[in-house]
Amino acid sequence: MRTSVCDIVLAGVGGQGVILLSNIIGKAALKAGYSVRGAETHGMAQRGGSVMNHIRLGCEYGPLVPAGGADVLLALEPAEALRYAHYLSTDGIALVNVYPVHPTTVTTGQFTYPPLEEILTPLQRICNKLKTIDATKLAVNAGNPQAMNVVMLGALSEHIPLREEELIEALSESVPAKFLEVNRRAFEFGKREV
Amino acid sequence: MKEYLLGNVAIARGILEAGTGVVTGYPGTPASEIVEALAPFASKYGIHVEWSVNEKVALEVAIGASWTGARAVSVMKHVGLNVAADPFMTLAYTGVTGGLVVCVADDPFCHSSQNEQDSRRYAQFAGIPCLDPADPQEARDMVIYAFELSEELELPVLLRPTTRVSHASSDVVVGQIKGRSTNPEFIKDPARWVMLPAHARPRHTVLLEKQDAIRATLVDVPWNRLVLRGDIGVIASGISGLYAEEAIKQLEADISILRIGTFPPPDGLCSELLEHVTKVMVIEELEPVLEEYVERLARKHNPDLEILGKRTGHIPRVGELDTLLVRNAIAGMTAMPLLDVRSVKEADEILPPRPPALCPGCSHRATYYAMKKAFGKDAVFPSDIGCYTLAVRMGTIDTCLCMGASITLASGIRFAGEERDICCSIGDSTFLHTGLPGLLNAAYNNARITVTVLDNSTTAMTGHQPHPGTGFTVTGDRTKAVSAETVAKALGADFVVTVDPYDLNATIETFKRAKVYQGLSVVVAKQTCSIIARKSGIMRRPFTVNKENCTGCRKCVEFGCPAIEFDEAHARINALCTGCGVCAQICTNNAIEVIE
Repeated sequence: MRTSVCDIVLAGVGGQGVILLSNIIGKAALKAGYSVRGAETHGMAQRGGSVMNHIRLGCEYGPLVPAGGADVLLALEPAEALRYAHYLSTDGIALVNVYPVHPTTVTTGQFTYPPLEEILTPLQRICNKLKTIDATKLAVNAGNPQAMNVVMLGALSEHIPLREEELIEALSESVPAKFLEVNRRAFEFGKREV
Repeated sequence: MKEYLLGNVAIARGILEAGTGVVTGYPGTPASEIVEALAPFASKYGIHVEWSVNEKVALEVAIGASWTGARAVSVMKHVGLNVAADPFMTLAYTGVTGGLVVCVADDPFCHSSQNEQDSRRYAQFAGIPCLDPADPQEARDMVIYAFELSEELELPVLLRPTTRVSHASSDVVVGQIKGRSTNPEFIKDPARWVMLPAHARPRHTVLLEKQDAIRATLVDVPWNRLVLRGDIGVIASGISGLYAEEAIKQLEADISILRIGTFPPPDGLCSELLEHVTKVMVIEELEPVLEEYVERLARKHNPDLEILGKRTGHIPRVGELDTLLVRNAIAGMTAMPLLDVRSVKEADEILPPRPPALCPGCSHRATYYAMKKAFGKDAVFPSDIGCYTLAVRMGTIDTCLCMGASITLASGIRFAGEERDICCSIGDSTFLHTGLPGLLNAAYNNARITVTVLDNSTTAMTGHQPHPGTGFTVTGDRTKAVSAETVAKALGADFVVTVDPYDLNATIETFKRAKVYQGLSVVVAKQTCSIIARKSGIMRRPFTVNKENCTGCRKCVEFGCPAIEFDEAHARINALCTGCGVCAQICTNNAIEVIE
């Protein structure tokens, strides 16, 4: 028996704005009247480390999405998409920003960063639908590369049971007013991609 | 009214609603946001909110406030309670006047900690009640109740959230904010506040006599809930209760469940369940506190009961739980099919690890580089707790035990007869937290070691909280700024030199002088945290690699700054460069130049 309406896993790199995204989704869910549960990564996992947040809409249990249970995996970085791919359910959808961020283990030459196809092929295999998005480029086009997370939010908006107005309202409450226009553009660009 | 709140912010909200007068704490993941969330309300509601120097200090300040009649709370992470254990244990004897809540966040799985200790044990040890919230709503509700309970029993109450409560977010129903109580006055009562042996002995008896009152009072709380169904049962504490409820729902299983939110647990509800079932699973994170209780109770109420849990290997003893793990544990107990934990083999095979790392331009990296140049890789490098522990791959972190243990371990290593050079490192906030007694001890007992204070003027790892060296309080007010140099000299160090780690040669030369100094030497490596520098608008010109001069020697790459990459034959500096210029000083071919 299902124990939530929609389970979302957000993956990325510390500093990409994963926590901000969780907050926007959570606030929007509240506006929509859902009970909502989220789990965030703070502390040690930031500083450029791998970051994963969970958001459960219409859920009254714990904040962690069970492995194999996510309806959507929203990844702000391709390697991080694969790192948390086991959270996806077989019916799940993966939305992946294809712009790679190299960890220090790669920049210092200890490890190599795999080609994009090698990351996407297993993702394709294990989920119902994979959608790749050049979100970093779209954010630059929108006016600020930092708005990449909001491009991805726009893409996500088509796959979760929240209305665009609710998400935009929560977005407006969560970013400084001077960045709102860029962020709204970023949201629109992301939405158009999916 | 409902708000979307982080668990720690929900706790802060409860503290505010309860009319608390004094809030103290020391930053530590996963507890830091509680004090931070209260600071903006301090002046409006007349609350004293402080970042204390350490947890022992924090708890003692809160105790003073409570004895003066104010509601007070002291906030820390689990290992912080070790630091505060001295006042904590005797506080149970003296008791309180104003409600006193000790809020201690545990960290199963050591997400950001050096151990997985269970603070419920501390409550048991001290003989005081402990509340174990399952989610942000319970955490908010429990704080308010904890103050009432504390005043009713005249005992401190321990509120024990875990990482997945403190750093969970959810919709939380909040209430009105109550004004703090007025007319605080310290009432003299030596028999209670002066713990001479003659006073302590009767207070121990008083504490033991209160144990029945604690159990009786906790009977009616809403956080202990029993649902009787089939003759197989589950007892789960705190957030594990939510995992168990979800698992039972997913399995659509006919299983009785008792959720526990208080310690001591409710004898009545527990015995009712134990008499109803033939087999029970105890589900909890960290120590088998509830399980041991159930085993004792079953001897009386159902001696034949089969009890599964950590002792039988059905619930893991280490790490944190989740719904899938609990689901499979319950399914296994009832002979229902298990769910495979999904795995994607490529993720293990092809992905590069992405551990957290020191930031681009972090001065700690430069300090450690210079330290290693001066001391060589063969020296002994005890270290401490903070961002800088992330530099473990640089070879200058040989130990990390607990807050402040760098200087003392270094001393012990010297006194044991180690003859190689010893250079320890400790951050500025940690130095002021518990480094000071260690330095005093090193000076007093003539430890020939070098102590490096990595002074970036903030408590960086936990989110950039101010400390006594910064000149600011938690509420942003200016205050006296204590300098590490002055303190070090006052504690008895003769060789105290401050350097800017971005000046690599000067730093290496200073370390070389410290190394040959026949006594206790202190090097203060002072440079603003690169995150703070960026946020406060300090801009330096970034650097680039001149490919004509670059020989591809990789010296700069091995420095490990995330702003430096290697491009087949040459180094390349990416957009993360903060312009610290340290790599340009490392390059022996003049290939790294500032972008004019």
